[in-house]
Amino acid sequence: MINGPLIIGISFAYLGLLFAVAYWADRRAEQGRSVIAHPTIYALSLAVYCTAWTFYGSVGRATENGLGFLPIYLGPTLMVLLWGSLLLKMVRVSKAERITSIADFIASRYGKSQVLGGLVTVIAVIGVVPYIALQLKAIAWSFTILSHYPEVRMPVHGDGPFWADTAFVVALLLAAFTILFGTRHLDASERHEGLVAAIAFESIVKLVAFLAMGLFITFGLLGLGGPALPPIEGSAQLKPLLEPSISPFADWFAISLLAGLAVMLLPRQFQVAVVENSDERHLRRAIWLFPLYLLLINLFVVPIAIAGLLTFPDGTVNADTFMLTLPIAFEQPWLALLVYIGGLSAATGMVIVETIALSTMVSNDLVLPALLRRWRRRPPAADLGRLLLTIRRGAIIVILLLGFLYYWLAGEAYALVGIGLISFVAVAQFAPAVIGGLYWRGGTREGALAGVSAGFLVWIYTLLLPSFAKSGWLPRAFMETGLGGLDILAPMALFGLSGWNEITHGLFWSLTANIGAFLFVSSLRAPNAAEASQAGIFVDASRRTALASAPLWRGSAEIAELMRLAERFLGSVRTRTAFVQYARSRGVDSPEALPADAETVYFAETLLSGAIGGASARVMVASVTDEEPLGLDEVLNILDEASQIRAYSRQLEQKSQALEAATEELRAANIRLQDLDRMKDDFISSVTHELRTPLSSIRAFSEILFDDPDIDVEQRRRFLGILVSETERLSRLVNQVLDLAKIESGHADWRTEVVQLQNVIHQAVSATEQYVEERGCRVHLELPGESAMVWGDRDRIVQVLVNLLSNAAKFAPTGSGKVWIGLSRADAAWRVCVEDNGHGIPESDLELVFEKFHQTARGGAKPGGTGLGLPISRRIIDNLGGRIWAESTPGKGATLCFELPAHPSHPTD
Amino acid sequence: MNKRILIVDDEPNIVISLEFLMMREGHEVRVARDGEAGLAAVRTHRPDLVVLDVMMPKLDGFAVLEAVRSDPDLAGTRILMLTAKGREAEQNKGLALGADAYMSKPFSTRDLVEKVKELLDRT
Repeated sequence: MINGPLIIGISFAYLGLLFAVAYWADRRAEQGRSVIAHPTIYALSLAVYCTAWTFYGSVGRATENGLGFLPIYLGPTLMVLLWGSLLLKMVRVSKAERITSIADFIASRYGKSQVLGGLVTVIAVIGVVPYIALQLKAIAWSFTILSHYPEVRMPVHGDGPFWADTAFVVALLLAAFTILFGTRHLDASERHEGLVAAIAFESIVKLVAFLAMGLFITFGLLGLGGPALPPIEGSAQLKPLLEPSISPFADWFAISLLAGLAVMLLPRQFQVAVVENSDERHLRRAIWLFPLYLLLINLFVVPIAIAGLLTFPDGTVNADTFMLTLPIAFEQPWLALLVYIGGLSAATGMVIVETIALSTMVSNDLVLPALLRRWRRRPPAADLGRLLLTIRRGAIIVILLLGFLYYWLAGEAYALVGIGLISFVAVAQFAPAVIGGLYWRGGTREGALAGVSAGFLVWIYTLLLPSFAKSGWLPRAFMETGLGGLDILAPMALFGLSGWNEITHGLFWSLTANIGAFLFVSSLRAPNAAEASQAGIFVDASRRTALASAPLWRGSAEIAELMRLAERFLGSVRTRTAFVQYARSRGVDSPEALPADAETVYFAETLLSGAIGGASARVMVASVTDEEPLGLDEVLNILDEASQIRAYSRQLEQKSQALEAATEELRAANIRLQDLDRMKDDFISSVTHELRTPLSSIRAFSEILFDDPDIDVEQRRRFLGILVSETERLSRLVNQVLDLAKIESGHADWRTEVVQLQNVIHQAVSATEQYVEERGCRVHLELPGESAMVWGDRDRIVQVLVNLLSNAAKFAPTGSGKVWIGLSRADAAWRVCVEDNGHGIPESDLELVFEKFHQTARGGAKPGGTGLGLPISRRIIDNLGGRIWAESTPGKGATLCFELPAHPSHPTD
Repeated sequence: MNKRILIVDDEPNIVISLEFLMMREGHEVRVARDGEAGLAAVRTHRPDLVVLDVMMPKLDGFAVLEAVRSDPDLAGTRILMLTAKGREAEQNKGLALGADAYMSKPFSTRDLVEKVKELLDRT
């Protein structure tokens, strides 16, 4: 039932489906409803990390050394913990600088160096092409194995001409697909929406296929008995699986580190994680979802390996094919087909993204710089955009053909089978330059060049050449004796370091050489202008917000020239649109009105970077502008200035916040002042009114006495008496107004002394004796035997008591008036009450009597006071820490009481 | 010319002075010490002229004025407002409400006697 044509048909149908997904996503993106602008899609696209090497190879690795396959997934899981800083910085910088690839990233960091970008590209191509070959092999093999269904037969390599090989067809097909979706736009920093959607889709497919296979093996075969499997115990085949030979510490650590670096630095990982990132917040979900994906896809590796070893005990079936040969052996055609599709997904996803990333690097960092050199002599044709696209497409075809060629030549050789981790070590050489460049300002172009070169050379010597030797392409003696027959230079035990596996060994020496050279050469000189400027942008990436980097550039430029340059690569429409937008953001009407300053030049360079990479963009822009070189002193000054400006702006922000707070306070104070002003007006108006009343009487009686000399003596005496008392009232009023003002303004002098209340009461009684007697009033005292001591100002307390006493006498009925003065203990205070037998105070007025000029005509009679006695008393008592209040039974008299805290040193009991 | 005069004021000494002045002019004088008593006295005694203070307990001078002016039976009652608040706004309010004259405290006794004479002569 399963035969070649069916598999070919399904493969094409699947690729067609991928195409449809990509096409649909691109359409949506054009309509502005992006499907990939979603954190889950982003996390799934990162799973392009899991290639056919994972899909088929993990089982193979498990049969050799048990859990030894795990560090390749453990490393990324641990590395994810650092993404919040490391990857976030990379994403921010790349967006700001329109960085298109890992090579562009490194070149940009070290002053947009063309040489560095080229070197990184060469290393990436050499390191990764064999890895692409591995994917092609996986697709070809899985196709061949499946086409023999129901027979389990291993494919034979290289029988027939290369053009008849499945891998060749696959390579061409993938090249076509990659060209269709990877090079539609020139701007490589623009996102490939369709491609990312297709990759995310493939990630789901390969996971589903792997889980389906795992469930079938675990529950169908191992768990539920199923078709007879030999017993697990004592099976000799399982020995390497159950007793892993991998040395636990050094190797686990090294391979975890290696995989952790590769998951960020592999060109395809940089492409999906950094270049295709649409929103840095998506990182937050990827931080847990991506490790979860890795966990799931590794869940069933060991059960499948066990089942494979038990099913094919004689070792004729390659363990890397267990995923596919197991369902064939147990006659599960549909499961086999699903696994085939899963493997196809894993391989195609990797190949497509890797090829796009590499082709961008090759065109921007290798071909273009060479062309630029030629163009300097002979100016190029007008439309360079089309040329660039052609270069990129050519690069895609070349890379895939190189991959096929490597596969074709290497065949079953170790150089292909073992290439996965070797490939990782090659890209790990970018780590010191990338990570160092993000956190250390001191790195220089030469330092990075030296580091990457040294690491790469050591990689060739300790890993690549030995793999050739193992494949029989080099004499095996080379591995044992090393260069020139010196044991100390043995490639797999450099300087006598042995006992580690080759990957750990190679990683250790290559990174040691790399980091050493990077640090040493960088320390030879201080960073120059371009490097310092870029270092600022990269190192401060997490702090830099909307504030565009202050570019370190000085010279002269013409807008028209810059636009003409951009047009040659981007076309006039896109250039115009970008410049118009930029002009608007700087507040000018048209691009022509833009100032030709450092910022504009920087904008043009960044715009161009998206198409041709940072290093080439710098060269191109420099060709149309007149840049004056900046000395190191000037660079340092500018950097200093920039940090000063930042400090100033921070200070300004703080100041403006302080100002805002002060304004708020002032507003509140103003409202308070207005209230006070109104109160003052009211007070003055009340005072005037109170002054006019006695003045009226004084004037009226003076005039009467003056005009009328014949008034009888008795009446004259009476009128003169009124004159005297009204004059007294007037001066009392003036005194009290002044007194109140003094207390309220806080200028009153308060003495603090220990006062005995009995004394004070006696003093007040004798002070008011005459007035009380005139009113025909009798005073009763109820004082306790013990002395009541309080803290306070003696004269002020007397003033309060005199006030209360004269009030009471005034309101008590003339002739039959009675006033009681009581002193008693109330908790921690002494309480004094003055009670009269007058008409009392209405309930509603009990508080009002303490307000200024509120005079109650109790019992209909005008009290004739100043209306300030009680308000002053309240202020005095408040000031002494006590309280004063009025109580009354209307008709039966009023009681005014105050309490003052008892003096602590004189306890009463 | 013997007329009935009502003095409405809560300030005892001012009442004494006004009482003396009016009696010296030969008028028949009555006194009320707040607004309510004043209004009642207007109704019962039908004075020819009321000397009316503004700031008083219970019912202020303006309220008394309004009540008198809105009662047709009391038409013809002259009202002289007397107030310690000398502001123009107060005067205008009093005049708008129908006071015949307005004087502020402290007042000149001669002016007051003149004003009273003038108002009483109007009939």
